Amino acid sequence: MIKDYMAIINLDENENDIRSLTTNRPIASIPLGSRYRVIDFILSNIVNCGIQNVGIFSGTNSRSLTDHVGTGKAWDLNRKIDGLFVFNHGLCDFVNHDSKLLKNNMEYIYRSHSDNVILASSYMVCNMDLADVVHAHEASGADMTVVYKSTDEADSEFLNCYTLDIDDKTNRLLGVGKNIGFSQNANICMEIFLMKKEKLVELIYKSAHNLDSKSFISFIFNEMVNLNVNTYKYDGIVLCINTISSYYRSNMKMLTPEVSDKLFRSDRPIYTKIKDEPPTLYVKGCEVENSLIADGCIIRGKVKNSVIGRYVDIEDDVEIENCIILQNIRIHKGAKLSHVIIDKNVDIEEGTELKGNETFPLVIEKKNLFK
Amino acid sequence: MAKKNMVAMILAGGQGSRLGLLTKQMAKPAVPFGGKYRIIDFALSNCCNSGIDTVGILTQYKPQVLNAHIGIGTPWDFDRVHGGIATLPPYMTEVGGDWYKGTANAIYQNLNFLEGYNPGYVLILSGDHIYKMDYRKMLKHHIDSGADATIAVIDVPLSEASRFGIMNTNEDGVIESFEEKPANPKSTLASMGIYIFTYDKLKKYLIADAEDKDSENDFGKNIIPSMLNNGEKLVAYSFNGYWKDVGTVDSYWEAHMDLLSPDNDVELFANDWKIYTSTEARPSQYIGPDARLENSVVTEGCVIYGQLINSIVFPGVYVGKNTRIENSIIMENSVIEDNVIISKSIILENVKVEAHNAIGNGKDIAVIDSNKVILSQAKMD
Repeated sequence: MIKDYMAIINLDENENDIRSLTTNRPIASIPLGSRYRVIDFILSNIVNCGIQNVGIFSGTNSRSLTDHVGTGKAWDLNRKIDGLFVFNHGLCDFVNHDSKLLKNNMEYIYRSHSDNVILASSYMVCNMDLADVVHAHEASGADMTVVYKSTDEADSEFLNCYTLDIDDKTNRLLGVGKNIGFSQNANICMEIFLMKKEKLVELIYKSAHNLDSKSFISFIFNEMVNLNVNTYKYDGIVLCINTISSYYRSNMKMLTPEVSDKLFRSDRPIYTKIKDEPPTLYVKGCEVENSLIADGCIIRGKVKNSVIGRYVDIEDDVEIENCIILQNIRIHKGAKLSHVIIDKNVDIEEGTELKGNETFPLVIEKKNLFK
Repeated sequence: MAKKNMVAMILAGGQGSRLGLLTKQMAKPAVPFGGKYRIIDFALSNCCNSGIDTVGILTQYKPQVLNAHIGIGTPWDFDRVHGGIATLPPYMTEVGGDWYKGTANAIYQNLNFLEGYNPGYVLILSGDHIYKMDYRKMLKHHIDSGADATIAVIDVPLSEASRFGIMNTNEDGVIESFEEKPANPKSTLASMGIYIFTYDKLKKYLIADAEDKDSENDFGKNIIPSMLNNGEKLVAYSFNGYWKDVGTVDSYWEAHMDLLSPDNDVELFANDWKIYTSTEARPSQYIGPDARLENSVVTEGCVIYGQLINSIVFPGVYVGKNTRIENSIIMENSVIEDNVIISKSIILENVKVEAHNAIGNGKDIAVIDSNKVILSQAKMD
């Protein structure tokens, strides 16, 4: 029963290969798909299946995240009964800090009415019917269910993600590994786990007190082989946001109807923070082709195969091709950009020419609004 | 309960019958406007941006869409512990009940609401107008001039002055006389239907007006003239900026074309005085490979493969390949399939125009009612 479930989003995610977008924020609050943030997808999946109690456990750099989720209103999580709970690191331990954060906030987990937990991360972007996963988990009678995506692109996508060895006949987990990109086929762990609350509590205590535990997620993978673990194969679209190039490709994939129709469905909408921007104005003389554009923009120049965020001003004679432009950006006259990712609040000066390529898109980092 | 400095009362009960199909399902303030808004969003956002946190909405004609849109007023920050938004429909009492007989009667019937907040001033607004205005400046003008009532006025061309209520003022802006739709206007200062009253005066005149059997219970026709007759100080507050009463289908269409004109002073796209609205969760707009957009406005959830010229489309609109839409307004969730030509039209919500169709002759405004399906002309051949 979905009513007996709560959700915990653990944002202790590997940022090593996406540093230029995470200097001011966790992966969870990187803008994605023109008007969303990475975390919007898993949060919307959770509320769309009917779960009303969500705890987000985040790191120290969480200003952007807490600003984005706020009281949880956009996801209908500003509730008297249950709702959204956000926990930040206070003291920074270098190892295993997420286990300690979970342990320190154990009262939240104890107090929640739910007997079962969905534990998830944010960087596996998808539009998933979690109710179906819950049914499969309950039917299996297993201690734990873990969701995976079977891929034939493991040599280029999902790098450094955990992989699962699965018994074909029983769907039971045999072992875990990491995708180091040597083979094309792999079962990628989507880091969505279902279990009894008691089991989660046990794992948190064990991990927090285990001197060898590096992080809660790594501890779970070590412990899983000792449990009766059922696996759930997810057949939908999964975009993995853990490197600059996967971030770039994920945005570009949203330009294709095959991906966008699956991610953005009217029966399971993706919710995000409301910014009350006016509609976008396309001025006479602009040329826009195959692009995803948010509200609040004024477009005068040329835009092709690009993803444009909220409040972007694109002036005359600008040429933008294969770019990802985040929010609140002005691109002055005559600028020419191709394969560039521009983070928030940047002014691109008149006549600037910037060029990256498919494998190494150029990242212009976020500009601070203060000096 | 704490006293409120100024409470706003928004008159939103009008039918707007000259808007035809646009107001068949909803009151005029609820009519969609400007790509993602409804007309009342302008008055509500002006209140929110002016720091007013207590608003009464007087509803009467078909209020369901309006009520659903406003809810508890969250988009405008009106979900308050003290104050906030209240919809005020006509109600029954021990001795029967009455519809709102006029603008003044609507406020009179809700004097209890105002008494609860014991405001210093009351701002009376119409929910029908498109404009951006800081009511704080008007209140300052009201207080500084020591007026009993202040009426916002806008300079209109002399040729159009006989369509409005005209204020004749002295050089200090004090109103000397008021004429409703005069044949030979003496001035060009038209009332915008925005009033600030010192609450005690307003209460006194509303009670007196209610006792007058011959009164039409209207602010313009009764309250203002009787205040003038009694020598109260009425002051005009000049407003410079865009202001439009979208009273007819023609003016509704024109107001949209105003939004698209490069030197428009609606400043809808300016960021410093936001207009808030209630929105659904939708992805960003997708502009296809062969789309052409010329001087047009597009918003969330739209998918555009065809051409949009001088047009405004609302959330969730689909425009198919080889389709050309010119000088038109397409409302929420309407689907325009491939190979369609639409000119000078207003297509309401949830319309489906199948492929191979032509709508509008480019001269008169064509209006297509909501939920209609326009069958493909190709199939009939």
